[in-house]
Amino acid sequence: MTTTAPTKARATPQQWVRSNLFRTPLDAVVSVVAAIGGGYVIYRFLRFVFVTGRWEIVRRNLALFIVGAYDRDELWRPALSLIVLAGLVGVFAGVVRRRQIEAGTSDPTLTMGQRVVDLLKRLWPAVLGVGLMLSLTETITPTLIFIAAVVAAVVGRLIGVRLPTAALGPLIAAAFVIGVAMVWLLAQPLGWDDWGGLMLNLFLAGISITLCFPLGVLLALGRRSKLPLIRAVSTTYIEVFRGVPLIALLLMANVALGFFVPETIDVFGLFEVDLVPGKVVRAIVVFTLFTAAYVAEIVRGGLQSVPKGQIEAGQAQGMSPFSVTTYIVLPQALRNVIPALVGQFISLFKDTTLAGAAMGFLELLSAAQAVTKQPDFSGQGLIAETLVFVTFVFWVGSFTMSRESQRLEGKLGVGSR
Amino acid sequence: MGDTLNETRGDDTRPPWWRNVRVLGWLFQLAIAGSALAFVAWLLQNFQKNSETSGIPTGFDYLDQPANFPIAGSSFRPTQSVWDATVVGLRNTIYVVVVGIVLATVLGILVGIARLSRNWLVSRAATIYVETLRNVPLLAIITFAYLAMVLSAFPRVENAWRVGDIAVFSNRAAAVPWFEGSAWWVAASLIAGLVAAWLMAKWRQSVSDRSGAPSLSAVWGVAAFFIVAGIVWAVGGLGVTTPSLDGRKLTGGMEVAPEYLALLIALTIYTASHIAEIVRGSIQAVDSGQSEAASALALSAGQRMTYIVLPQAMRIAIPPLGNQYLNLFKNSSLGVVISYFELTKVTTTAVGNGQPAVPAFAFLMLIYLIGSLIISRMVNIGNKRLQLAE
Repeated sequence: MTTTAPTKARATPQQWVRSNLFRTPLDAVVSVVAAIGGGYVIYRFLRFVFVTGRWEIVRRNLALFIVGAYDRDELWRPALSLIVLAGLVGVFAGVVRRRQIEAGTSDPTLTMGQRVVDLLKRLWPAVLGVGLMLSLTETITPTLIFIAAVVAAVVGRLIGVRLPTAALGPLIAAAFVIGVAMVWLLAQPLGWDDWGGLMLNLFLAGISITLCFPLGVLLALGRRSKLPLIRAVSTTYIEVFRGVPLIALLLMANVALGFFVPETIDVFGLFEVDLVPGKVVRAIVVFTLFTAAYVAEIVRGGLQSVPKGQIEAGQAQGMSPFSVTTYIVLPQALRNVIPALVGQFISLFKDTTLAGAAMGFLELLSAAQAVTKQPDFSGQGLIAETLVFVTFVFWVGSFTMSRESQRLEGKLGVGSR
Repeated sequence: MGDTLNETRGDDTRPPWWRNVRVLGWLFQLAIAGSALAFVAWLLQNFQKNSETSGIPTGFDYLDQPANFPIAGSSFRPTQSVWDATVVGLRNTIYVVVVGIVLATVLGILVGIARLSRNWLVSRAATIYVETLRNVPLLAIITFAYLAMVLSAFPRVENAWRVGDIAVFSNRAAAVPWFEGSAWWVAASLIAGLVAAWLMAKWRQSVSDRSGAPSLSAVWGVAAFFIVAGIVWAVGGLGVTTPSLDGRKLTGGMEVAPEYLALLIALTIYTASHIAEIVRGSIQAVDSGQSEAASALALSAGQRMTYIVLPQAMRIAIPPLGNQYLNLFKNSSLGVVISYFELTKVTTTAVGNGQPAVPAFAFLMLIYLIGSLIISRMVNIGNKRLQLAE
């Protein structure tokens, strides 16, 4: 599309309107109907947002929506976690950038300013969402925290660009350690079973996608294995978990997971481990087992996309089956399925709302319903306001991620190679 | 690799069994499968022990126990068994899934085509529809449809919306026209109509094959359906009942619970946004030479879409479409959060009324698993029939 632009004269507004709205008489009728219908919907929506919507309930409960019942005196912990997370994202972005520069896939003519504008254009839903949330806050602190997070991301990126490419492996390990430390830091004042709000949604989704990934890869390899028993076990697992609704699994885990494990387990008579799973652990177990089945199918698609010649070439080098899989097949397969994995993460992020319905967490969507029953707001019919707000928050997250994954898909050239 | 060597050199140099790849493979498999089985057995054993200590029954005998709860909008009585309640739940699930699949497919195809429209407004509106609904939790849509639309935005029953004399919408109940008379005659007329339509389509196809005249099998088939079904309908003495509002009381027609309406709307618009993307992708995947050839033959844009592009696109779209139908089936379980009495809600209510939780939820999962297998089987059969024979 862009390649033909220079040779084509820009259409004048009249030409544009004629070719895009009034090409044929029928087209004209459709345009008028669509304009009236669409205009009415937009009018109603804008009227709701700016005139009739009573947003006081969202303004007052913003902290509840974001961090749930977290102790308000301890909010520095989530704030610090956010800043560290932003820094980590920055470092990874920097490493990726360096790889691009070294591979010569980035356009060196772009200036820093153009890059920033580009980034803002790309992330406009996130910018809109953050801007909206900050505009609803009553103090300056959240804005300062956000600015600190942005600074951390920029600093992280500057560091990342200077790191050697080989640092990626240790970096992932470091990110893992930092993640565990952050969860530990957050769980100090308030045990994670009592967490709530967007923080809980992100926590559940993030930890489950990390845990399910190795299991999913193993299941995918198992389903393609030549060994019939392995194949049978993997296939059964995948089909059972894909054939059952998530909420049924969550309900089952909520009442029954405790039944399937003993209360304590003796480790060689040395010490006893308490095995009764808490609420969050139950949710994570279900999300992990469930998502692993879907990840396995995605990875299987990736495995199938690796040409057979690659494997044969590896074998011809005298590599063991294990080495062929780890060094030749998996790197290519996983690279191809990154966008699909992001898609799976998005649906996991959206599905964390089910944990609220099935297990009674005060995650973002449940919080939206709970706040309408507060003494100050009950009986005023404010459910539309709170639901629209939290739905918007979910939309910002999912839409941003899905656009980024599409961009990634284009960059990786999936399907076009 | 080793085999040929072994044969030429004789048995002395055959590698020991612990280096034989096939033996190792089987040992590995047995180890994995054995530990998987052992793990499951361990879980079940714990379950058995824990159930015994807390005195909770473990079998499926609970299905014969009285349910002890009523189900809104059905003739189910609390004295009936849990099994009967589950059957009612399954029926309610099927109601919402079948209607939802039909509506979502129609809406999804329309939106998918609209996304590719050359009309800027239409394609933009379709894009906004898809990108909004696809990136929002389904549970939020269901909750919104129930609490903020059907219960709040629909009028109270005193001043319900009336669509002519045909349908009534209010926040307590909606009602649509329905058949009156024996269900057997309704079924008989539908089946007779379908058979007539199928025969007519076959006959038109053969006429077209012989004479080269356009078969118009759809038009003739639909006509045959209505004529034959109408005749059976009249013979069976069937009528139609339309709802009417008598003060605050609805009479006639079929009453639709607000929960059903909300769940149906939410599932339809959410699944349609996914189907639209599939349809768009499939249309774009049809070789552009096909539509260029159609244009060269002076087919109109509508003809080009109906006769050339869509039939080929649908062939590509069937497998992912089947996935969406499966998702819709599984997502219907979210009716539990708005208390629509489908399978999951029936099960949770039974558990809340003292039925054993683990067997009840295990049975629930089994039903969904069987349902998923049936749907994917049907999609596979449909897919096989529609694929080109190569």
